Amino acid sequence: LSTLVLAEHEGGSINAPSVSAVEAAKSLSDDNSVSILLAGSGPSLREAAEHAASCHPYISQVLMADSDKLTYPLAEPWARLVHLVQQRGSYSHIVTASGSFGKNILPRAAALLDVSPITDVIEISGSHKFVRPIYAGNALCTVRYTGSDPCMLSIRSTSFPVAPISDNARSDAAPISQVDLSTFGEDAIGKSRYIKLSSQNSERPDLGNARVVITGGRALKSAENFKMIEKLAEKLGAAVGATRAAVDAGFVPNDLQVGQTGKIVAPELYMAFGVSGAIQHLAGMRDSKVIVAVNKDADAPIFQVADYGLVGDLFEVIPELLEKLPEKK
Amino acid sequence: MKIMVAIKRVIDYAVKIRVKPDKTGVETTNVKMSMNPFCEIALEEALRIRESGLASEVIAVSMGPQQCVDTLRTGLAMGADRGIHVDTRDTLFPLSVAKLLRALIDVEKPQLLILGKQAIDDDCNQTGQMLAGLLNWPQGTFASKVVLDKQKQIVTVDREVDGGLETLCLDLPAIITTDLRLNQPRYATLPNIMKAKSKVIKKFTPEELNVKIKSDLEIVQVNEPPKRKAGVIVSSVDELVDKLKNEARVI
Repeated sequence: LSTLVLAEHEGGSINAPSVSAVEAAKSLSDDNSVSILLAGSGPSLREAAEHAASCHPYISQVLMADSDKLTYPLAEPWARLVHLVQQRGSYSHIVTASGSFGKNILPRAAALLDVSPITDVIEISGSHKFVRPIYAGNALCTVRYTGSDPCMLSIRSTSFPVAPISDNARSDAAPISQVDLSTFGEDAIGKSRYIKLSSQNSERPDLGNARVVITGGRALKSAENFKMIEKLAEKLGAAVGATRAAVDAGFVPNDLQVGQTGKIVAPELYMAFGVSGAIQHLAGMRDSKVIVAVNKDADAPIFQVADYGLVGDLFEVIPELLEKLPEKK
Repeated sequence: MKIMVAIKRVIDYAVKIRVKPDKTGVETTNVKMSMNPFCEIALEEALRIRESGLASEVIAVSMGPQQCVDTLRTGLAMGADRGIHVDTRDTLFPLSVAKLLRALIDVEKPQLLILGKQAIDDDCNQTGQMLAGLLNWPQGTFASKVVLDKQKQIVTVDREVDGGLETLCLDLPAIITTDLRLNQPRYATLPNIMKAKSKVIKKFTPEELNVKIKSDLEIVQVNEPPKRKAGVIVSSVDELVDKLKNEARVI
């Protein structure tokens, strides 16, 4: 087998979900050569390629596509790039993490290659057999890919955790080569233009990769009250999450939403305050190792998945926790 | 300008699904079926664009067995002008749906196609992107805001991405897929439900559209997800802190 991993990078390094995609590629077969594809422009791309070359012992080659057309993650040029690289490399598999980046690009690239991609893979049970959640995680579907190469997958990064590797784990960095873009089609490129990204910069750890996540629901009642959640998160060095109800009520921005239509998280500790536990929310956090739920309503469905439940008023519980929880290590 | 909207018939979002005992799929007999919520949002957006005077016609398309006509009628009652039903009993994966939609676009020549970002049954999140690739059109996926400029023939889309909101500008014709926050779909009123009965639904078969249904995926098995072990209810914050520290050892 030979696998192409489509990676996302930011600030000179590839992101953690992309490393999970390499981890997933590793479980396709023992005999698998993994190339990782990075695209962008300028010095941060070169830096990210160097990071990629030494981030995982399984990577045998780094492909770097440097072009102004690839500065922003627009689906049109990126899908074209994947198509081009596949035609040259004839990979048996193409894997990417199923974040908004991969979900935007992979199906488009698959259509150009006339194959059916498989979204949100959570388990690899053979080179062409995969498990993925359907119905918001209320059922798990095992699918077999019977089409021609490449078999294209987006994987849930929380299902393919990467063992911590120090930066020096590989003594030899994988070779980096430039993708020849002289035949890069122009057709669809330019029909879409990047305007801006309004991001919520934060000092807190990233929601998708945090060890501890503290989530607030509608019961917080206001953006002002939601600051209690943030305070608690600060104390534990945790990321802040929210339910769709809390986001829709305007307490916090949408990038904090945990659930089927938001982020999928699987931290060591997940603490939910005033969260009822709608199935769409549970789909986004049910793989957390330890789940704590605090809710006034003893019948809230969240208690059915919680390891530790506390029936009580969060406006009393949170201040008490702030007092009694130890400071983060 | 015409807008085409793809709508899918799925198990109603409020139904608790049951996996069939033989593990071949999910029980659908005697289960309430409805329009996929993301498709409702797509249709609502198309209707709002038409109502603002920027489009002349909204065409709703659905694919699958005869019952899809019911879903199309719901779309017509919401306000779509006419419907197209691609009649097939074959299992349709997103690639086939995208090819059928491409064939219909050749017939109807819409300037904008709006789809839900995913269906709540298979959760694939693929069709819009695949169609955009096949047509070589620009795509604005996971849209939470759509602003159409008819004069300049562009559409500005705010997209919900992992890091926040991304704004893109697309040349028409374009593909948009909708996220939940784009709008609040309307309910069909009784007079409109009556009116919808006389609206036209045209029927096509995949053969008439010259599309071969490709099947490169096989559903091996559908299972219930593993249940989480029932936990304990603690009685106080002190007990909770103690458990987290000494039993779970996570703080």
